Amino acid sequence: MREITYVQALNEALREELKRDESVFIAGEDVGLYGGNLGVTKGLFQEFGEKRVKDTPISEGAIVGLAAGAAATGLRPCVEIMYVDFMGLCLEQILNQTSKLRYMFGGKMKLPLVIRTQGGAGFSAAAHHSQSLEAFFTHIPGLKVVMPSTPYDAKGLLKSSIRDDNPVIFIEHKFLTDFRGPVPDDDYTLPLGEAEIKREGKNVTIITWSYMVHVALEAAERLAGEGIEAEVIDVRTLKPLDEETVVGSVEKTGKAVILHEACRTSGFGAEVSALIADKAFDYLDGPVKRVTAPDTPVPFSPVLERAFMPKPEDVIRACQEIM
Amino acid sequence: MTAQIERDKYLDMYRTMVRIRGFESNVERLFAEGKIPGFVHLYIGEEAIATGVCAALREDDYITSTHRGHGHCVAKGGRLGEMFAEIYGKRTGYCKGKGGSMHIAAVEKGILGANGIVGGGLTLANGAAFSARYRGTDQVVACFFGDGATNNATFHEGVNLAALWNLPVIFVCENNQYGMSVPQKHHQKIVDVSVRAQAYGIPGVTIDGNDVIKVYETAMEAISRARRGDGPTLMECKTYRHKGHFQGDPDVYRDKEEVRKWITERDPIRRFREFLLRSKISSENDLETIDREVEGEISEAIRFAEESPLPAPEEALEDVYA
Repeated sequence: MREITYVQALNEALREELKRDESVFIAGEDVGLYGGNLGVTKGLFQEFGEKRVKDTPISEGAIVGLAAGAAATGLRPCVEIMYVDFMGLCLEQILNQTSKLRYMFGGKMKLPLVIRTQGGAGFSAAAHHSQSLEAFFTHIPGLKVVMPSTPYDAKGLLKSSIRDDNPVIFIEHKFLTDFRGPVPDDDYTLPLGEAEIKREGKNVTIITWSYMVHVALEAAERLAGEGIEAEVIDVRTLKPLDEETVVGSVEKTGKAVILHEACRTSGFGAEVSALIADKAFDYLDGPVKRVTAPDTPVPFSPVLERAFMPKPEDVIRACQEIM
Repeated sequence: MTAQIERDKYLDMYRTMVRIRGFESNVERLFAEGKIPGFVHLYIGEEAIATGVCAALREDDYITSTHRGHGHCVAKGGRLGEMFAEIYGKRTGYCKGKGGSMHIAAVEKGILGANGIVGGGLTLANGAAFSARYRGTDQVVACFFGDGATNNATFHEGVNLAALWNLPVIFVCENNQYGMSVPQKHHQKIVDVSVRAQAYGIPGVTIDGNDVIKVYETAMEAISRARRGDGPTLMECKTYRHKGHFQGDPDVYRDKEEVRKWITERDPIRRFREFLLRSKISSENDLETIDREVEGEISEAIRFAEESPLPAPEEALEDVYA
């Protein structure tokens, strides 16, 4: 199978959905001629024209409000908020409008829209361009939250998100921009709410998502050298969460380590941990461990940023502790 | 307009205003009797705006509304029974009892919802307007908001984008001169909100919002402008709410003489009624017939709401996702 980058996979997903469905349109800052901050919308303006691919002012609230109003009246917007950090500027439209209109109006309208954004650290972009805020969005009923870790997942999940009849927060990881992987030529989608076991193992389960999947896989490789077989679960969609795969794996291994790049307190790891305590308690042979970033803003200096982001060694240590 | 069309239109507008007043007076009473949960923001005194604007809209046009939204919903054709039922928290309400007073929507009537957030409808209106143009229809959107909302980011982001893209939106500022308890002069330095239109390169106009004909004529102009693709207008209607911000508001912040003057000398319904009689468009008898008919409709709507079933508790879990 051919290999393409994470960004190319996202770009293909957008191109195919724009082609497939006339009601899909793209809007956001620099998504037009420029092709998107990280190049995800490259070439789409030239191919589909300014009716379908709209450059907007730097007005995050206007972008998400536009998407909500358009979705409520028959379109399927896929808008871009350049960095997840900027979601603060359109939080009202997400927190009070997009996520709740359907429920407050008694289910009498659908809000099929996608907000694509980029999260994560790794480029010395410091605390206004590097956060991992996924837990925030999982806490708001009415939203779905998707965080792909590979080009294959990115394409399949973005296409499903665009076809979904609900608001989806789709968080890409900027550190994966040039990451390559196999992606089929043909049209495919991946269901929201289905985790994938990225590596099979029997001694410990590592539950993670987004860029941290690769950190977990590296840790698992090294643990295998010590005779510890770690199973790596990529949840792929945080909401809805595939509880069955998580619980099933913990039932098999008896040990769980949760890994995420977001800060520790009230991170989504706490939710996964609670899930395991609730539904897999009897299978546990030891405490559930969380490997996360500390409760600090993301620092700038590369040496500080590396200290901030969880590393394979941290995961290995956590696994060893509960062996 | 021919005299007959004008007469029918005016009588329709009179009926709508009386309907809103009747609806709200009953909400006030029922709330005081403890029959309505939550809290309610009454539109009494501002009827001319919703009425005049919606009379100029087509059935398939859209509106976005505010937390003081009953009047807009009635004027755009919302059914009174479903509205009362929603305010009562009944299953037969427009939102099955999940939205309440501040969130009534009726998408099939183009009512994209009252909104509990000040300025919440501004950017949504852009989305609906964009969608109409994208789909190739000539529908327009009337977006209602208060003077307080014009200090909010959504106002500036929303109006800028609509202006830039020539979206078919009519931004209707209902300037009732108070942002909750704070008088306009304490929340913005400008006197007329409409001057803000200039900053976005669109027409802005300030009118007497208690003169329903003036509102209707101004809206007609803004709507035809929007419909032919020339973009939004900011239309500021100066008005006054007869009641407090919400029912139960002690209303200690307004000068009693000021309140009295607006209620007795500038009431929009009384003014329109006097105009209709003075200009011989209608007789006292015709208007009384309308008053009586509306009274009957409202009693019937309240009866419907009161006799409707409450939702089952498990319905709380429905409608989160499509």
